Amino acid sequence: MDTFDNANPFQYAPAPESRDIARLKPSYGIYLNGEFRDGRGEAVKTINPATEEPLAEIAEADATDVDDAVSAARAAYQGTWSRTTPAERSKYLFRIARAIQERGRELAVLETLDNGKPISESRDVDIPTAAAHFFYYAGWADKLGYAGFGPEPRPIGVAGQIIPWNFPLLMAAWKIAPALATGNTVVLKPAETTPLTAITLAEIIAECDLPAGVVNILPGGPSVGQALVEHPGVDKIAFTGSTAVGKQIQKSVAVSGKRLSLELGGKAANIVFDDAPIDQAVEGIVNGIFFNQGHVCCAGSRLLVQESVHEEVIAALQERLQTLRMGDPLDKNTDIGAINSAAQLARVRALADSGDAEGAIRWSPECHLPDKGFWFPPTIFTGVSQANRIAREEIFGPVLSVLTFRTPAEAVEKANNTPYGLSAGIWTEKGSRILWMANRLRAGVIWANTFNRFDPTSPFGGYQESGFGREGGRHGLEAYLAQ
Amino acid sequence: MTITSVASGTSGLSDVTSDDASLRRFLHGLPGVDQVGAEGRAVALATRSIKTTAKAWAIDAAIGMVDLTTLEGSDTPGKVRSLCAKAVRPDPSDPSTPPVAAVCVYPDLVATAVQALRGSTVQIASVATAFPSGRASLQTKLADVRDAVLAGATEIDMVIDRGAFLAGRYLQVFDEISAVKQACGTAHLKVILETGELVTLDSVRRASWLALLAGGDFVKTSTGKISPAATPPVALIMLQAVRDFAARTGEVRGVKLAGGIRTTKEAVRYLVMVNEVAGPRWLSPHSFRFGASTLLNDLLQQRHKLTTGAYDGSDYVSID
Repeated sequence: MDTFDNANPFQYAPAPESRDIARLKPSYGIYLNGEFRDGRGEAVKTINPATEEPLAEIAEADATDVDDAVSAARAAYQGTWSRTTPAERSKYLFRIARAIQERGRELAVLETLDNGKPISESRDVDIPTAAAHFFYYAGWADKLGYAGFGPEPRPIGVAGQIIPWNFPLLMAAWKIAPALATGNTVVLKPAETTPLTAITLAEIIAECDLPAGVVNILPGGPSVGQALVEHPGVDKIAFTGSTAVGKQIQKSVAVSGKRLSLELGGKAANIVFDDAPIDQAVEGIVNGIFFNQGHVCCAGSRLLVQESVHEEVIAALQERLQTLRMGDPLDKNTDIGAINSAAQLARVRALADSGDAEGAIRWSPECHLPDKGFWFPPTIFTGVSQANRIAREEIFGPVLSVLTFRTPAEAVEKANNTPYGLSAGIWTEKGSRILWMANRLRAGVIWANTFNRFDPTSPFGGYQESGFGREGGRHGLEAYLAQ
Repeated sequence: MTITSVASGTSGLSDVTSDDASLRRFLHGLPGVDQVGAEGRAVALATRSIKTTAKAWAIDAAIGMVDLTTLEGSDTPGKVRSLCAKAVRPDPSDPSTPPVAAVCVYPDLVATAVQALRGSTVQIASVATAFPSGRASLQTKLADVRDAVLAGATEIDMVIDRGAFLAGRYLQVFDEISAVKQACGTAHLKVILETGELVTLDSVRRASWLALLAGGDFVKTSTGKISPAATPPVALIMLQAVRDFAARTGEVRGVKLAGGIRTTKEAVRYLVMVNEVAGPRWLSPHSFRFGASTLLNDLLQQRHKLTTGAYDGSDYVSID
């Protein structure tokens, strides 16, 4: 990669963000009924995936903490939150949004340390978008009667929310903001490998004087998630994560009367036609699969490129990948950070190896991987067939599978040939073709001449095994309103 | 990106300029530019953080790429001589400061610049072809060019006929650039597209290719008399054009950004763009220039700050 091109006189000097900004504490606990205390579960260390050094110890929750948190959330729902006027709810949300902005640098560095994503992404995407979600839903809180869900929409009650490790704070914002705006109370479990920004969000929420019990945050592992899902006092489950766990959750809540929304995996097709704006399409391909190391459920992991421009697009893509900078996630010039965990790295490696075994051609730019930490170079597989595992299974890593097509109909057929259906991208200068394709693609989100754009005003969610329910936008309110 | 709309090889490129229809087909066959995407890429490139050693290198590189320019009706031999002195030795207090690439003046002041720059490496650039509007007959434009070359200009900055380009008379623009290139002789030709009047990025891409096909050694954004002048998205598209032209023909042509670039921060961001879009081989005065007047002083101030740790303020650099 560029960093190792010694012939280039313009070598970017290291520009690391200071880790002191994160104000790391030696240990963190849970936030329950307005109080910070140690959970009664195990104490586990959360590590920096870029270096494998321990960052802090987390006193995780256990099932009794889940019990207490659900009771606290129920009491808060009946006691204070349902009597808080919509305008007051709105004020709390605005306050949280502002506080996230004010502590934006701290949250960005903390997120990068805990998750491994580049600081440029946590600073420019995760944290501002998290604040934007609170701002957006703050605006809805006192206008719910005009959202199209009846004149007096009612909250559901206590929402149990389980979020993944790829966008820790942003996913917390996606879950908490609409739940509070509609008058629900919340018990949220962050991912085990990335609890730090969620606990810091709890601090922010406490500083904003949100009444005790309205938001409870319980770091923990799968058993805590299971206890939350199975708890009879929970009225609604919102889960973002893998399709396998999503299926278990759906079984578990069946006939329980609980409402459920799932945002699961994906294997999105990013479709490039021969009349596409090629330079921008290349950017979109890079952003689609290498943003956040490919740890994105809606990642454009399958590139469908029209056969007549295949060589041209791949050559341009390879040239572009040479300029990506991989390394210290805290360096402001880093484009590709670390894989979030050893387990995820093993999964990415295994799937990439299956690509070799099944005859696809692997390519990566020349790059030096750090000795410590979890790293995987940006990788392109060409010559991939629709039957290969790397064309069917979600890799959730920086690995792109390239397939070709000849006609728009074939592109649609291949794009839809997946049990998933979260997102898709279309690259063409022809507006009518964008509409023709969008009508036929089975995906919840379709981007035209762009990819991986997230905005709180826009609903997000999937088809089929990518889940159901929408988050964001006016539609995102529905998941937290009684039917 | 490589261009596949015509047969590969330079012979294919000479075919595309054989008549108006072929030229139009070629230019309109270039991949389109998605404006939102191009602007987004330009913004993303501007987030690179260039510090310490990288910044020091970039500042010196930028100084060496400046075409120090004065293009005023009120220009006098005295003004040009003082500018030339500055060009050769931008910071008399620090002899390690590199000289700029060129001095850029109107044709009637070329002789003055030649005299003042004798013995230095600084090139003499002259605007020509009825600069800045380009509204004159071809004969007049060519005479303008010959005058400047005869007076000793080593680089000619011509303007294209934007009216003809926007009316779709591409071959006329092509022929005019070719004729000017002929008139230049050994002088290097920079072709000013005046992107502020072309407006769309698709037009910028087509005009860049047109100028490169016609033999322009550089494509240049602006006269400096029209706003907007050089902008990051326009620079991005022009750098892609020279990159793709080199991939296609093996010839490295240059890009000159002119107008509105006043600060070191902007200049460094453009160098990042050159590095990551066109490639490191373009990081040289032979293939990248800044047309500027006030930029040089900011570069000198930032250079001084980097070497001494103290920021001197504008009283410590000369006003030209």
